[in-house]
Amino acid sequence: MKNLLVVLSIVGLLFTIIPPFLVFSAVIEPATSKNLMLAGTVIWFTSAPFWLNKKSENDYPQ
Amino acid sequence: MSKSTSLIAKLNAINEYEREPIPQSKLKGWKKFIGTYAGEHTAGTEFVLGPLFVAHGATAVDLVSGLLIGNILAVLSWAFFTGRIAVKTRLTLYFQLEKIAGSKFTLIYNLVNAGLFCFLAGAMIAVSATAVGIPFNLEMPTLTDILPNSLGWVLTVFAIGTITTIVAMFGFEQVSKFANIAAPWMIMVFIAAAVGVLPRLGINSISDFWPVAKETIWSGVPLEGQSKFTFWHIMFFAWFCNMAMHIGMADMSILRYAKKWTAGFSTASGVFLGHYIAWIASGILYSLFLLESNNSLTFAPGPIAYEAAGIAGAICVVIAGWTTANPTLYRAGLAIQSINPNWKTWKVTLFVGLFTTIAACFPALVMRLLEFVALYGLILMPLGAVIFIDVYYMERWGLKSNYALHSGKKLNPAVAFTWILTLAFCLALNLFAGIEIFFLGLPGWFVAVIAYLLFSKLLQKPITSIPQSKNPLVEKALN
Repeated sequence: MKNLLVVLSIVGLLFTIIPPFLVFSAVIEPATSKNLMLAGTVIWFTSAPFWLNKKSENDYPQ
Repeated sequence: MSKSTSLIAKLNAINEYEREPIPQSKLKGWKKFIGTYAGEHTAGTEFVLGPLFVAHGATAVDLVSGLLIGNILAVLSWAFFTGRIAVKTRLTLYFQLEKIAGSKFTLIYNLVNAGLFCFLAGAMIAVSATAVGIPFNLEMPTLTDILPNSLGWVLTVFAIGTITTIVAMFGFEQVSKFANIAAPWMIMVFIAAAVGVLPRLGINSISDFWPVAKETIWSGVPLEGQSKFTFWHIMFFAWFCNMAMHIGMADMSILRYAKKWTAGFSTASGVFLGHYIAWIASGILYSLFLLESNNSLTFAPGPIAYEAAGIAGAICVVIAGWTTANPTLYRAGLAIQSINPNWKTWKVTLFVGLFTTIAACFPALVMRLLEFVALYGLILMPLGAVIFIDVYYMERWGLKSNYALHSGKKLNPAVAFTWILTLAFCLALNLFAGIEIFFLGLPGWFVAVIAYLLFSKLLQKPITSIPQSKNPLVEKALN
């Protein structure tokens, strides 16, 4: 499950960073890029919190 | 137990070790600090400071080289000054200073410090508000605004301030978690937003970038009414923009959790992503805005990011503001709480959050951020120099370290005179020699070091043993 969430988060980051490079390469329009970036944002914030801060209790003060 | 009682009990249980060394079991590895610093320095300020280099007519060559060297110096300062001392003492700046300078001095220092932190956090809340206000068609502030320009602005600022305060009330752990989650995504948005607008600046291939960067983005010509920035301005600004945190030792509060002093190098994640890539990216966005708006005076990071990256860009501005405002509010809370340790952390943070939110209503806080950041570091720097000398060199010079602790004095005059003399020296350099505020930190640090040693030599008296019952600091400090 954690691996799936990590993959989803990476997909979210890729959706955020790649579209503007495609705009730069004249492959897609800026409007499409903005929509894809929003999708990437939603994916990131709905997946990353479930694995990014999950450490053993011995590591950090609770 | 009711929900509200349970919440208060949870808040009361938060122990941030304000007046005791961090126990071994609570220490954190360097990875924790990478996330924290990346989040903190890829922040709302970057949406303001990057554009200011454009406004001040920095050239592309000066910017790239000045930021590189300045940021390296900043990381070294964090590691070799703050990291080493934080790990050696395991105390907050405030408690360490109390041992050296006494409780009365610390009271004054803490009030000054907390006020400065509040203004910085307030600026970040204001930056967030420029993004939150987009769907409400909020009238945005301009470079010359001082007072709030509408009721809508005030309401937006209060909404952001409330959320920021609630997050900060839950302490360092919650702040750290939030920064960790947001940081990787935020830096992606900074880079993406800048890359996406390159064609609008006339950059259609990689080979176009440098010529356009030199001729259009960082043309070397300051905007009307702005001073000219050279390599030295940029280098010193990059080094000293966080002077309060590294040489000023404020980040002892954070790095005291580090297992090793080398965690100080983790700050590189923050400065090179935030104070290098993000400043360059936000400079590109602002340059495009100036080009397309015919040098409009409106200065609102939210709409600029929204125009470049859509809703994701606007969300980035909001979150960037939060990740700066949250730890800053946390630090301000610690500063105030050290006045009276019996005050609950969350109640203090609530008060600080309210004050900060009121300050955030004034756009001048954002428009004069460059000068404020430099002043803020300068004011706190002398006490960092005092701590550095006290921890490492006092005994070597035959003087007593932690003089207030051992003498029972509530105000160590050597520290007070050092602070006053250093700031007076810097002010004189500025007024009579015309040296700009960005350059005062370096000579000021040496003056502080020499002054503290000399004043201590003159004013320290032989220590007679103080009964522990008469000195509440002793018991904790010796544990």
